[in-house]
Amino acid sequence: MTVVEKAVAKLQRALGESVLSVEEFRGQTSVTLDPEAVVNACQMLRDDAELDFNFLAALTAVDYWPSEPRFKIVYQLYSLANKEFIGLRAQLSNESPEISTIESIYPNANWHEREVFDMFGVTFKDHSDQRRIIMPYDWEGHPLRKDYPLGYEEVQFTFNFDEIDKRKPYAKE
Amino acid sequence: MLEQNLEITVDELRHLVSDRALEGETMLLNMGPQHPSTHGVLRLLLELDGERIVTCVPDIGFLHTGIEKSMETKAYEKALVMTDRMDYLNNLGNNLCYCLAVEKLVDLDVPERAMAIRVLLVELQRIASHLVFLATHGLDTGAMSVFLYCFREREVILDIFEMCSGARMMTSFFRPGGLWRDVPDGFEEAVRSFVESFPKRIKMYEDLLTKNPIYTHRTQGIGAISSEEALKWGLTGPPLRATGLAWDLRKSNPYSGYERYDFEIPVGVNGDTYDRYTVRIGEMRQSLRIVEQVLDTLPGGPVRSDNRKFVPPPRSELGHSMEAVIHHFKLWTEGFPAPKGSVFVAVESPRGELGCYLEGDGGPKPYRVHFRTPSFATLQTLPMLCKDHLVADVVAIISSLDPVLGDSDR
Amino acid sequence: MGVETKLGNLGFVTTTLEKVVNWGRVRAMWPVLFGLACCAIEMMAAQSADYDMSRFGMELMRASPRQSDLMIVAGRLTRKMSPVLRRIYDQMPEPKYVIALGDCSSCGGIFNNYAVVPGVDEIVPVDVYIAGCPPRPEALIHGILTLYDKVENQKVKDWA
Ligand code: SF4
Repeated sequence: MTVVEKAVAKLQRALGESVLSVEEFRGQTSVTLDPEAVVNACQMLRDDAELDFNFLAALTAVDYWPSEPRFKIVYQLYSLANKEFIGLRAQLSNESPEISTIESIYPNANWHEREVFDMFGVTFKDHSDQRRIIMPYDWEGHPLRKDYPLGYEEVQFTFNFDEIDKRKPYAKE
Repeated sequence: MLEQNLEITVDELRHLVSDRALEGETMLLNMGPQHPSTHGVLRLLLELDGERIVTCVPDIGFLHTGIEKSMETKAYEKALVMTDRMDYLNNLGNNLCYCLAVEKLVDLDVPERAMAIRVLLVELQRIASHLVFLATHGLDTGAMSVFLYCFREREVILDIFEMCSGARMMTSFFRPGGLWRDVPDGFEEAVRSFVESFPKRIKMYEDLLTKNPIYTHRTQGIGAISSEEALKWGLTGPPLRATGLAWDLRKSNPYSGYERYDFEIPVGVNGDTYDRYTVRIGEMRQSLRIVEQVLDTLPGGPVRSDNRKFVPPPRSELGHSMEAVIHHFKLWTEGFPAPKGSVFVAVESPRGELGCYLEGDGGPKPYRVHFRTPSFATLQTLPMLCKDHLVADVVAIISSLDPVLGDSDR
Repeated sequence: MGVETKLGNLGFVTTTLEKVVNWGRVRAMWPVLFGLACCAIEMMAAQSADYDMSRFGMELMRASPRQSDLMIVAGRLTRKMSPVLRRIYDQMPEPKYVIALGDCSSCGGIFNNYAVVPGVDEIVPVDVYIAGCPPRPEALIHGILTLYDKVENQKVKDWA
């Protein structure tokens, strides 16, 4: 039994119903959890001496607009002792994209969560410093949401040079 | 857009700075984003008590380029060019990370020769990146000549890249399923002559800095961190190894055939600025060892997978095979579909753990790409490292962390 | 020396004001150190031993915009950074010139999205555009020489 299998078994035993599904894809395991259970799961995975997932490797989100549940928060934990990755997933609906922060367990989640807040508009309960991190403070919208336009501008070629040149806002001295 | 207000009021910062700042007892100072030693466009808000730093609030995002969103609108192979521009000192390393993720997602295997050449080039890139670190670190701590020497050697490596791919920095040489093409004639000689000449150069840098009292006084004991703290805050790569913890993804979770090569993980003791420097110097030596081993054991054979569902056929086949024409057309107009599912791949970049989260939705474009970048994590530790140091030390600490802002902001 | 032998030790030469001033401007052009992204690394390479930009009188990269008369915008300019760029430009004393180094600063390059300004000419007036992603150091040197040509041919009536 590998460490990841053990971890999954332990999660299932401790959290019961809150473990919604376990997927294995290309040899990588990801556990989908009830959003409420993420903090407990992280705490367990980190503190269990055998599992020892002591490093938060990545934290991000995916937007499935327009389907529901809209957001998926992705956690990738790593165990230095066992040299294994495990993924946790939590799905959030569009109405209340909110989840508890795991800052108290992995302090480096702070910036990652700020980034997810900035880019997806998912809020983190009890986060110590929830400000935008990457976009300007007064930016409107959350760029990585799927309903946010890419902001493509028409490319200027020789055939449409003059036309675009007219409306290009050149700077003044 | 130009009216955007750059100043934020003290009220918004209330929870970030100490109470003394609000009473005007300490001074708030803005450093960056245009500052010669913030390595790009990092902005720091420093709270100073005289010369001493009370708090340091980093502000990133001045180089946010929307790379993740742009990649979602491009086919898998075409999105590769974006990764080059992310961490611009480790272009090939980013390519490698993304390629490994795509290969994992679609379950594509890579020929032996391609894997070996990938390792070779990535190690050269690591040396080049550490050379830029050394150059800028030297500049920031007052050693101008190191800058000139380091860039001289870096040119040699860039010439090798140019020889392979035609570009000095933005090579896009690795493609899902292998390499763009085989390395040209004269490649091995060029690398060999570099491998022969470079140890002397490393020694020269060490002569200039390692025992130099001007340098050691500015770096020893500055910005130290313990390994527990470092792990907690997600520090990886040389800054983590400088604390004495020998964690290197190349050893712990080998990818692209790293398990075949023999190398050591240099570690430091105190986790301070000086140790970060010695670790990087040690890493350059180890990289050189790997390069040498790859050269000695370089296997022959093809450099691209012949799985035509994912890898376009070579030009030579187009003339006489209808099937090749069809594959070529399909792959370049539409791209290949990837299955539904997500993978996470992590590689060791010169700055630390570079992770790629890639999710496919069955179509030819990635549904979501996320890069877990090392600079983002290292910059987060800056407030801790800078605390109670002098303003002049901040410069040394930043450069010893070697952040690349394109990497942290993406 | 040549003048002295021809005219005796008179100690003067005749020329036009225009020429002298333009000559002076070209021979000591101080760029402001303004590296934004990848192109800045190539700008550093152009400064270093192999390419040695100091041959053209510009070894002095000034960190302060108030001491410089040329801004090399090296790299992609984002929306968040654009007010900063304009502010730095406004602080430079006249006469000032701008070089857009690289595709990104010339036109947005491969980043056609919400975050990147499609060409710095929307923020500051640009004198010379240098193409390439990143441009080779030789291309930067060529661009600077092109700027010199432009400055040398300035007319008195155009002086600000
Ligand atoms: S033009 Fe290319 S090299 Fe220059 S900043 Fe843009 S992406 Fe980077």
